[in-house]
Amino acid sequence: MNAGRNLAAAAPLIRIRALSRAYRRGTQTIPVLQGVDLDVQRAEFIALMGPSGSGKSTLLNLIAGIDKPDGGRIEIAGVDIAQLGEGELADWRAAHVGFIFQFYNLLPVLSAAENVELPLLLAPLTRRERHEHVASALAMVRLTDRADHYPNELSGGQQQRVAIARALVTDPQLIVADEPTGDLDRVTGAEILALLGDLHRRLGKTIVMVTHDPKAAACAERLVHLEKGVLVDGPAAGGH
Amino acid sequence: MLLLRLLLKNCLRHRLRSLLTLVGLVVAISAFGLLRTLVDAWYAGVEASASTRLVTRNAISLTFTLPLSYAERIRGVAGVSGLSWANWFGGVYITERNFFPQFAVDPESYLALYPEYGLADDQKQAFLRDRQGAIVGRKLADKFGWKVGDQIPLRGTIYPGTWTFPLRGIYDGAEPSTDEQQMFFHWKYLRESARKRAGPGSSDTVGVFIVGIDDASEAAAISQRIDALFRNSLAETLTETEKAFQLSFVSMSEAILVAIEAVSLIIIVIIMAVMANTMAMTARERLAEYATLRVLGFTPAFVSRLLIAESLLIAIAGGLAGVAATFPLAALVGRATGTLFAVFQVSHLTVGLQLLAALVIGGVASAWPAWRISRLDIVSGLRQVA
Repeated sequence: MNAGRNLAAAAPLIRIRALSRAYRRGTQTIPVLQGVDLDVQRAEFIALMGPSGSGKSTLLNLIAGIDKPDGGRIEIAGVDIAQLGEGELADWRAAHVGFIFQFYNLLPVLSAAENVELPLLLAPLTRRERHEHVASALAMVRLTDRADHYPNELSGGQQQRVAIARALVTDPQLIVADEPTGDLDRVTGAEILALLGDLHRRLGKTIVMVTHDPKAAACAERLVHLEKGVLVDGPAAGGH
Repeated sequence: MLLLRLLLKNCLRHRLRSLLTLVGLVVAISAFGLLRTLVDAWYAGVEASASTRLVTRNAISLTFTLPLSYAERIRGVAGVSGLSWANWFGGVYITERNFFPQFAVDPESYLALYPEYGLADDQKQAFLRDRQGAIVGRKLADKFGWKVGDQIPLRGTIYPGTWTFPLRGIYDGAEPSTDEQQMFFHWKYLRESARKRAGPGSSDTVGVFIVGIDDASEAAAISQRIDALFRNSLAETLTETEKAFQLSFVSMSEAILVAIEAVSLIIIVIIMAVMANTMAMTARERLAEYATLRVLGFTPAFVSRLLIAESLLIAIAGGLAGVAATFPLAALVGRATGTLFAVFQVSHLTVGLQLLAALVIGGVASAWPAWRISRLDIVSGLRQVA
């Protein structure tokens, strides 16, 4: 029993093998990812870097289960998500992934608390339980006092913190972040990265972050470089 | 609750656009309701007819009369339980614009066959006693401000001369569809006055016989028996149910009715197209939000339902406002058309059809954009933000 448990603990959370993805434009096929192999351990914080068009966002989307590969396998916690149907994939995302976007993607007609509550509607929770989870997630990102504010009443940094609270509120194993500081100034970006690093350390979340910014990448434990859809060895990240 | 809030807030997001769509819906639904009411008003006589009454008229045309002597023979037909008769008078009250139907009837037998004309006992007795007296419906009395005891002067068109009738009673309809815009007076008064004017040579003739029967399912057989009595006579008869008799009038204007019904449907189709455009714009603007909801784990069907629900919510709000607006509008039109229609009332069926039309508009308008967003590629949707 113990040996099995240790084996499970040692297995990577994300296991990608021979992953390929191409886009079709008319009769043209443009390969974006070609035979990517990648392992990400549990509670690891990795940064995906690479020039524009290298395929890093595509890889992130595939890991998050919002895109489908043309070939290869993506196993997350032992589940090959490439084989899941539309409905199963939606359920899987709701339970296992928190997504942080570059432009926050908050619903403008809902308050900060309501935005954070949205993913919980898919969980079997009472209204009171949902509100408790929302309060706790907003406290984690230090936005309790802004719970009733609408996105247009919040700064970019505050909106991103709401988005992080929304990604965390369902307590997913995996957080994926697509250029989370891309739309923020340097100081606010640093605050967001510090928050991500803190959440990673305190909650032990596995984080996969796409970034252009070497300073942002330095917050990760490991850097993964992509060039023309292929993984290349890169310098080690700063780690913690 | 959160989803309901999201729906409501989404509906009010572009206030001007939502308001204009709502105004369009109110106009379309109330216009649809008004036109339906107009068609209903046309058929009001048909609706008010009883299945236990038959009408016997001259087989050639309604403009040809029948001898009163037929009455006794019709009364003897098996299945006939009552008989009365009436003549169309066609008088003018002050001016032709004040048109209303006037009938010379045999009062006792006529009122017995039409229990839906509710007349107070004292007024009924006064009417029966006074051979020159007349009764009118409540709406007609209200329209011209007539009270019991007033003298009603009519200029005869079929029966020339000026005729004056003392008003002996005002009847109230038992049903909303009962015609309260008619006038009845004594057939005997008409016959005697006509004799005086035309000379003793004029015979006793009636426009139609109204035949009362006990068993509605026997209507066809009794009609045949009555008509068989007068076959090959100088005045052959045509007997039909009161409903069929009323429908024969409506059928004269059937082309107009079909046109009105077509226009009412076209209005619905137009607002459907307008609203479909609104919902398509809404869906296009919110692609990134729908994609975000999908990322969070909401299914394509859920996101589509969100859009359909928003469309239905706007349509139902417009539909309810349209229904509410129809009643005062119908009252206005009813007043403007005067005595042209016996009844001009918005029916329950019309209200039901208006609400159904609103639901269909909401559903159809959102069908295409909902289908599009159900097939939304999440990655492409997210790019809309950038």
